[in-house]
Amino acid sequence: MKIAKKVEKMQPSGIRAFFDLVLGMKDVISLGVGEPDFVTPWPIREAGIYSLEQGFTSYTSNKGLYKLRLGLNRYLKHKYNLDYSPDEEMLITVGVSEALDLALRTIINPGDKVIVPQPSYVSYGPVTELAGGIPIYIDTIKDGCKLTPEKLEKAIDKRTKGIILNYPTNPTGVSYRRKELEALSKVILKHNLICISDEVYGDLTYDFEHTPLPGLSGLKKNTVYLNGFSKSFAMTGWRVGFACGPKEIIAGMTKIHQYTIMCVSITSQMAAAEALVSGKKPTEEMKREYRRRRELVVEELNNMGLSCNKPQGAFYVFPSIKKSGLRSLEFSQKLLKQEKVAVVPGTAFGDCGEGYIRISYASSMESLKEALRRMKRFLNKS
Amino acid sequence: MEEILEILEKDGRVAPEEIAKMLKKKPREVKAAIKKYEKEGVILKYKAVINKDLVKSEDSSVRALIEVSIVPQKDVGFDKIAERIYSFPEVSSCYLISGTYDLLVIVEGKNIHTVSSFVAEKLSCLENVRGTTTHFLLKKYKEDGVILKHREENKRIAISY
Repeated sequence: MKIAKKVEKMQPSGIRAFFDLVLGMKDVISLGVGEPDFVTPWPIREAGIYSLEQGFTSYTSNKGLYKLRLGLNRYLKHKYNLDYSPDEEMLITVGVSEALDLALRTIINPGDKVIVPQPSYVSYGPVTELAGGIPIYIDTIKDGCKLTPEKLEKAIDKRTKGIILNYPTNPTGVSYRRKELEALSKVILKHNLICISDEVYGDLTYDFEHTPLPGLSGLKKNTVYLNGFSKSFAMTGWRVGFACGPKEIIAGMTKIHQYTIMCVSITSQMAAAEALVSGKKPTEEMKREYRRRRELVVEELNNMGLSCNKPQGAFYVFPSIKKSGLRSLEFSQKLLKQEKVAVVPGTAFGDCGEGYIRISYASSMESLKEALRRMKRFLNKS
Repeated sequence: MEEILEILEKDGRVAPEEIAKMLKKKPREVKAAIKKYEKEGVILKYKAVINKDLVKSEDSSVRALIEVSIVPQKDVGFDKIAERIYSFPEVSSCYLISGTYDLLVIVEGKNIHTVSSFVAEKLSCLENVRGTTTHFLLKKYKEDGVILKHREENKRIAISY
């Protein structure tokens, strides 16, 4: 059976075999998990259960429950002073993943180039290609994993349609201050790029206030702002994300969404609406806990010679393993076999991730401490 | 609440050195802060939360919530009589509350008889105690924020992006 060429061409990710190895092993302490270790706060879960009891089991409007969109409108206004019309500039999606796919399919014509700073989340490149675009990767390792205006300027040519930004960044935890974003925005505006800004970790920013990209002067008309409930409210399994942007783009995205997805599960949308009402306090508590873990992990890693900068957000650190003399995949495999600790090789996030690993601190303090002890032992042995 | 307290309230056994790492402070500062909390009585004690239902032992115990109505006294109000009540070792908690009675007293004893005789012989006959209503505890679901039930844990996929 011949499947479509562009699907055949998609990389099944070089580390799939490593993942299978992890999944097949027992009693592994995993620092490889890309989701919170908290359970969705009870009031949010309860709202989902209540909606089922009340018999809310139908489709919703394609754009998503009006109640939820209105809630988001208020939430974004209050939090970031961003004003998006719930009727025309907002779409509720199946996680940020769907929103990203829709946005790319909506803006890309065949052969359009899209800039992706790396190390980056795994789906940006492949999904761009599926949409007919060409991802242009920028290696940011030497700049502390941050995109600089100079490198951005250099990467742009006539076919460049847009850029995917993600901050705080998975896998590095790096984020941008307002000043740094303003510097980037000058280049973006000069070339009139469309920005797809994945800010799903925005609420997990520790050292300064998170600045949403559309909050910068002049950028709202160029930006599709993506966010979701997964990380802020520990709701990964509910699959609720959203996109806000210029009404032409949102209308285009809604067309694809209505034919492919129809709408997000109503139970999940009901729960998400409750998260906007009662989720603030639990979010703050989780954030404090993540920050404490971050301090501990960064200090311990640096102590054992895996040097890393202190990330400003999300729940990842991206230490260098050069000291071990091993390549990323080799390091991860050995660590797994010898000490039963799972991490993700940096190469999963782009070729420039060679020599690094991603460690997630979305694990209880006890597991983190034990995992760090084992890593230290591993390094002393090798 | 101070973050040191937040950490210790969740886990009283975290070492000051570790708290220092988590909060980016010097161990000396954390030790001093804890000492100060202890001295001021902010931190009263450290103890384990035990699910007694799982402990097999002869000295099992029963608990009762007792509503106590009292006659307040001049100058000292409820405090004096409350002190007389909470000083009994059988009393594990004692609260002054609003509503139809005055003190909520939690009493622990070996069995129903020991609790009843405490109520009948000690509590009810105190001067200024107008009346008592005793409720024996049948089942504990949650105590001090801890759910007393082993739940099946939802395992996250061990590795994901």
